[in-house]
Amino acid sequence: MRYLPLTEADRGFMLARVGASSVDELFTDVPEAARLAGPVEGLPCHASELAVERQLSMLARRNTVAGEVPFFLGCGAYRHHVPASVDHLIQRGEFLTSYTPYQPEIAQGTLQALFEFQTQVARLYGCEVANASLYDGSTACWEAISMARRITRRKKVVLSAGLHPHYVEVARTMARFNGEKLETALPELTPGAPGDDGAALLDVIDSETSCVVVQYPNILGHVFDLGELAARAQSKGALLIAVVTEPVALGALRSPGEMGADIVVGEGQGLGVGLQFGGPYVGLFATREKYVRQMPGRLAGETVDAEGKRGFVLTLSTREQHIRREKATSNICTNSGLCALAFTIHLSLLGEAGLRKLAALNHARAVQTAERLARVPGVKLLNGPFFNEFTVRLPKDARLVVRAMAERGVLGGVSLGRLYPRADGLARGLVVTASETTTPEDVEALGTALEEALA
Amino acid sequence: MSMNTQGRISRPHPDNDAPDGAPATFTGNRALMLEEPLIFERDGEGVTGVDFDELPEVTSCLGGLERRRPIGLPGLTEPEAVRHYTRLSRQNYGIDLGLFPLGSCTMKHNPRLNERMARLPGFADVHPLQPIDTVQGALALIDLVGHWLVTLTGMHAVAMSPKAGAHGELCGLLAIRAALEARGDARSVVLVPESAHGTNPATAAFCGYAVESIPATQGGRVDLGALKARLGPDVAAVMITNPNTCGLFEPDMIAIGEAVHTAGGLVYCDGANFNAIVGRVRPGDLGVDAMHINLHKTFSTPHGGGGPGSGPVVFSEALAPFAPLPFVEKQGERFVLVEEETAAQAGHGGAFGRMTAFHGQMGMFTRAAAYMLSHGADGLRQVAEDAVLSANYVLRSLEDVLEAPFAGSGPCMHEALFSDAGFAEGFSTLDVAKGLIDEGFHPMTMYFPLVVHGAMLIEPTETESKAALDQFVGALRSVAERAKTGDSALKAAPVYAPRRRLDETLAARKPVLTYREPSLPAAAE
Repeated sequence: MRYLPLTEADRGFMLARVGASSVDELFTDVPEAARLAGPVEGLPCHASELAVERQLSMLARRNTVAGEVPFFLGCGAYRHHVPASVDHLIQRGEFLTSYTPYQPEIAQGTLQALFEFQTQVARLYGCEVANASLYDGSTACWEAISMARRITRRKKVVLSAGLHPHYVEVARTMARFNGEKLETALPELTPGAPGDDGAALLDVIDSETSCVVVQYPNILGHVFDLGELAARAQSKGALLIAVVTEPVALGALRSPGEMGADIVVGEGQGLGVGLQFGGPYVGLFATREKYVRQMPGRLAGETVDAEGKRGFVLTLSTREQHIRREKATSNICTNSGLCALAFTIHLSLLGEAGLRKLAALNHARAVQTAERLARVPGVKLLNGPFFNEFTVRLPKDARLVVRAMAERGVLGGVSLGRLYPRADGLARGLVVTASETTTPEDVEALGTALEEALA
Repeated sequence: MSMNTQGRISRPHPDNDAPDGAPATFTGNRALMLEEPLIFERDGEGVTGVDFDELPEVTSCLGGLERRRPIGLPGLTEPEAVRHYTRLSRQNYGIDLGLFPLGSCTMKHNPRLNERMARLPGFADVHPLQPIDTVQGALALIDLVGHWLVTLTGMHAVAMSPKAGAHGELCGLLAIRAALEARGDARSVVLVPESAHGTNPATAAFCGYAVESIPATQGGRVDLGALKARLGPDVAAVMITNPNTCGLFEPDMIAIGEAVHTAGGLVYCDGANFNAIVGRVRPGDLGVDAMHINLHKTFSTPHGGGGPGSGPVVFSEALAPFAPLPFVEKQGERFVLVEEETAAQAGHGGAFGRMTAFHGQMGMFTRAAAYMLSHGADGLRQVAEDAVLSANYVLRSLEDVLEAPFAGSGPCMHEALFSDAGFAEGFSTLDVAKGLIDEGFHPMTMYFPLVVHGAMLIEPTETESKAALDQFVGALRSVAERAKTGDSALKAAPVYAPRRRLDETLAARKPVLTYREPSLPAAAE
């Protein structure tokens, strides 16, 4: 077998050193009833590289590739062009095949890249410190809620109706077992400000509230100033958690940290990491320096070596499970290191100038797309301000329309029926996302497909 | 001491001399060992390495929320970026460079076929919310990996969404808690052996359980008597790592399962070490109710300098109804995704909830699938056998120089455990680890498990040749001898690495977690 270097002669020699006559003797601790005499039944035997490639390529061909059709999906996963050098660099074996940097003297590459990542994330979010990544945006959101509980010692959590419903479900799942009291509502398709419940949130923040969680831009693409909410939360001793699912948006929009958010978390996938049918992605997590000892996850920090040279190490690990065990701030161990590296390389290539251009181009394509769809009879654009994602109300169930457009070879958006299956009032909502990858031809194809689907 | 912005000392300094007394260089570089500044220390303002299409003229709809202040993100052109990150990469050790015997972490070869398969556009460029009929191949792939996991473990069902091992533990314990609550018997305590990974007690606490420790026997196994004595109506579950973190199979596993079940509890198995028994033992035959599988350990997906991982959880029949959403189901010839909308219709109303947005680590599933299909059922059995044989070979090749606390109790599984007994006064496991760095090896796992003093946990894996194992054994023998005889030069190791020993105390006492320009206040101010 091509991945196993030991020869039969090696195995014989090694068994002799070990003092065993066969490899079976090494498994004698296994209760006899549980020892399998031969290979597990019901699975095929080994295969050549070529055969495996054939089999998996066949499965891959059964999917519609986003890059091969007019494509307008977002809602927490965004399609951007990732420069070729990013994927090349993360495949260098020294990055790809290294471990969590427990031995810093021979892991400075990973550690310095993580330090750059933390700095970039903190600046993008407008916060003082960031960690070395979490699994994804949805779990980062839960970790932020959990951190707010540790800081405030309160259990009432107010979730904005504009928060991604999967993120809400993750929080609901964890709260069920942790005793948090979640307050949440379904978003409303309010013209001009879909999903904006800022006024309602201001009213429910009280002295029992641990945190308020808002998404920016929200699940329906709406953007709004977080300043008043931050001030109200803080006046009641609560924290404002802002969730950003599209990092590119912050190349155009003011950061949540700048507007007063105490914890900013989000999905980093939009930079450096492809769609990949939902994972692996990379969770971003940033906050104020005074809360650093309550943060979850790994942190890379600067120090010096025995010669006085600057170097980097994992630090403040007394927060973590391998030291603190049941008293740790989180159970997370492995995070999303390689995706964090891809994020960092992509953002380094962009730089501030490139990120701003990228964001401007995303916004412009979205505006053009919105203008085209607004001309389709019966379709109403709901958003006032938005970045690269907006919501339209259709004259019929958007799930059916999405399917009809897919049959015409256009992936035309995410129906709210897919995200909120039990909310009849949202069934006609369609969330449409554009990016720098969107061409004028794509926009026209979407407009035409929508017209045909509604005809 | 003054340093220039590139992290090197700004003038020649006696301490900066190469270990053989060679003079310092002007750059601070040592031939192929190249120093590299942070991107923030270069003049990257206004620079970008990405060109864009022309910006169309549109009326902005940002609602007055436009960014006004600079963000502070330097840019690199493509050649600079390639060089910067290539230089950084060369300061890292990886399994591609040499043996990486990090016990319990399983650093085995990462086949490049896996990478190629994960990058097929049909897997890599597919959105998680595309209409189901446009992602039939992706769902089939998830179903395929799930089928292999269920079959290899002899379990009943699988949850594919957990993002890593610890997330899988959380998933397993939440299913256990949901099952107990469903029968009106919430319970409050989870028992964890003292040799367990730190994630076990952390996870149990995260699920709202009180955690109690179970002692180990002299032989490094769970003390069955002590466990039985503690079982009772308050014990929700026992978390057992098998093979355990001492590198030993728990021979009482079936008896443990029976005792726990009799007392009304459930058995969680930490499957971090499943690679030692894959193809030879099915955990379902041992009475396990839930077990996570680290795809990066058993099924060769790369560790990537700390993730991404992937931690699918297999369930017994008792727990299957409580598995989280979403999951893939085959209906006739068509695959469907069972989500919140359809769970009740699919007879899965008991799902305890959702672990994450979307469907799990697809990019890891494709890699694991390539590995599973490559090895097949026969090859995976050989994987376990070679991993265990290699670990025993290391154990028996070193037990005359290093104390192996459990070597008397028979063969080990996939990893060999040694202690620091017999080292000279003032010499520790840390010194041996740093000495190994100079010998060109990544050190073993240090000071874990906690039940052995100065633990050194060595996992060679099945992808090392005998020649590589022999060289590693020779190097470790040499370093161990130096620790035993008190060779003071060992205290200075490593001397050949990109950095000497780093001051971790300083890093924790005065945390510097982001770069700040010397002249500027904090970015957020």
